[in-house]
Amino acid sequence: MKSQEKDSRFHGNLYNYILGIADNSLILAQRLGELCGHGPSLETDIAITNISLDLLGQTRSYYQYAAKLAGEDKTEDDIAFLRIEREYKNVLLVEQPNTHFGHVMARQFLFDVYHLMLMERLQNSQDETLVAIAKKGIKEVSYHKRFSSDWVKRLGDGTDESNQKMQEAINDLWRYTDELFDETEADKAMIDEGIGIAVSEMKETYYEKVSEILEEATLEIPERKYFTRGGKKGVHTEHMGYILADLQYMQRTYPNMTW
Amino acid sequence: MSNKEIKNLEEIFEARIARDEKIEPKDWMPEKYRKTHIRQISQHAHSEIVGMLPEGNWITRAPSLRRKAALLAKVQDEAGHGLYLYSACETLGISREEMYEQLHSGKAKYSSIFNYPSVTWADMGAIGWLVDGAAIINQVPLCNTSFGPYARAMVRVCKEESFHQRQGYEIMLTLCNGTDEQKEMAQDALNRWWWPSLMMFGPTDDESTHTEQSMKWKLKRKTNDELRQQFIDQTVPQADILGLTIPDPDMKFNEETGHYDFGEIDWDEFWQVVKGHGPCNKERMKARVDAWEEGEWVRDAAMAHAEKKAKRKVAKAS
Repeated sequence: MKSQEKDSRFHGNLYNYILGIADNSLILAQRLGELCGHGPSLETDIAITNISLDLLGQTRSYYQYAAKLAGEDKTEDDIAFLRIEREYKNVLLVEQPNTHFGHVMARQFLFDVYHLMLMERLQNSQDETLVAIAKKGIKEVSYHKRFSSDWVKRLGDGTDESNQKMQEAINDLWRYTDELFDETEADKAMIDEGIGIAVSEMKETYYEKVSEILEEATLEIPERKYFTRGGKKGVHTEHMGYILADLQYMQRTYPNMTW
Repeated sequence: MSNKEIKNLEEIFEARIARDEKIEPKDWMPEKYRKTHIRQISQHAHSEIVGMLPEGNWITRAPSLRRKAALLAKVQDEAGHGLYLYSACETLGISREEMYEQLHSGKAKYSSIFNYPSVTWADMGAIGWLVDGAAIINQVPLCNTSFGPYARAMVRVCKEESFHQRQGYEIMLTLCNGTDEQKEMAQDALNRWWWPSLMMFGPTDDESTHTEQSMKWKLKRKTNDELRQQFIDQTVPQADILGLTIPDPDMKFNEETGHYDFGEIDWDEFWQVVKGHGPCNKERMKARVDAWEEGEWVRDAAMAHAEKKAKRKVAKAS
């Protein structure tokens, strides 16, 4: 293979690898943004907006890096607002709706445990930019995980009603957890380069960590063996189109403008 | 306490205010002072919270990631302002639950401006520029108001509000330097938000029932009409820079007074909105009441969990 070809393949894989991480943050930030002013208390409203803002900040750092790799004057906004559903690489978990506060916290918790593990490992990547983003992000993600774990415990070990609601939420979302550990072509290529993280190797520890908190929350660990996947390959749930319709409305309606 | 003793305390109290001393929560204060402050501070807190809704409406649709982040940060600041103000108000002996109850039942008011809908992205600019601009003019004097907790909360609130106003103006500036469609969007937003912003200063001086007492307690330094004039004088040149037209055919600079003369405010509309019949009063209140009611099981769970934890701690210690 010619070196130019090799270079462009490397760039393509790195670009896709970055989106595979960043799209999770964007879509989750978008979901949390819907909740603004509608939370059960002022304190949770502030915290959820705060988490949304952190995730959006991380997204921007990743997209700015990806835009640089893509060249052709691409910007972070092109990446966010001009891709279609099939091009989004986020996991199905983060696009799930905010059904009720228990779902919001369960989704957050199941993602945060994974996210923190990923950030910890990404600090040792061979890619300096990713290391820098991970170093900044890890402080934020530790806070997110503390917040969501605490709420899983409060709701699980709260009243009978909250226990039941939290259990339902965990049961509902459990089937989206396995996908977190799938490795795409881009993942594999970047793992070989010492840039990407072998997420499949995080799986066992992840379920141990999650189970520990669920037990403390007096919740049952779901026994489900059947999982749903597809987000990483761009095959999303039916929720995704609506998320993007909102997200992209302005850029699609008024293309090529500065805001 | 005898009437004479109370009278004596009142005199000492008024003298302290005259000397610009701060009144603190444990100090003696006339019942009317306490009630007026509960009314104003809680109304102010409610405004911050209800004010999250028209802007929150555009978070998912903000046109760029940078704008989305700024909007999220702004709404978060507002929730924070609500929090300080509720805390300041609680020092007067009312609980946050009671304040919410008053808001939800319609007994307590919030700023009438938030009963207008945010229908385009340009409204995020107009709200920042005009609504936050009007709020700052109302609020800066409160940094020196006589009640300590309120004055201290306002120092922080005002700093962040100025930042929001600049951000709003920058959104307008970007739109006005953009395409024809964008400029049209900006003009339309100004047209819709201009008069409601002027109404934020409240009724005219001769109709304002609380002004005299509020001036005495330094809750107010200038009258509604004076503040409104200050806002207009400050804002019209900013509209000129944007190249936008103020939707008031009677607006004209008066060489003699050095101020802008302006047209008649539609007071019927003002009272309609204040009385609960504006474009979004029902939706705003429903959003707040729903959030509160649907969140009850969450708050109950947090209480139950805290009690269990405390009990376990006691059991462990013994």
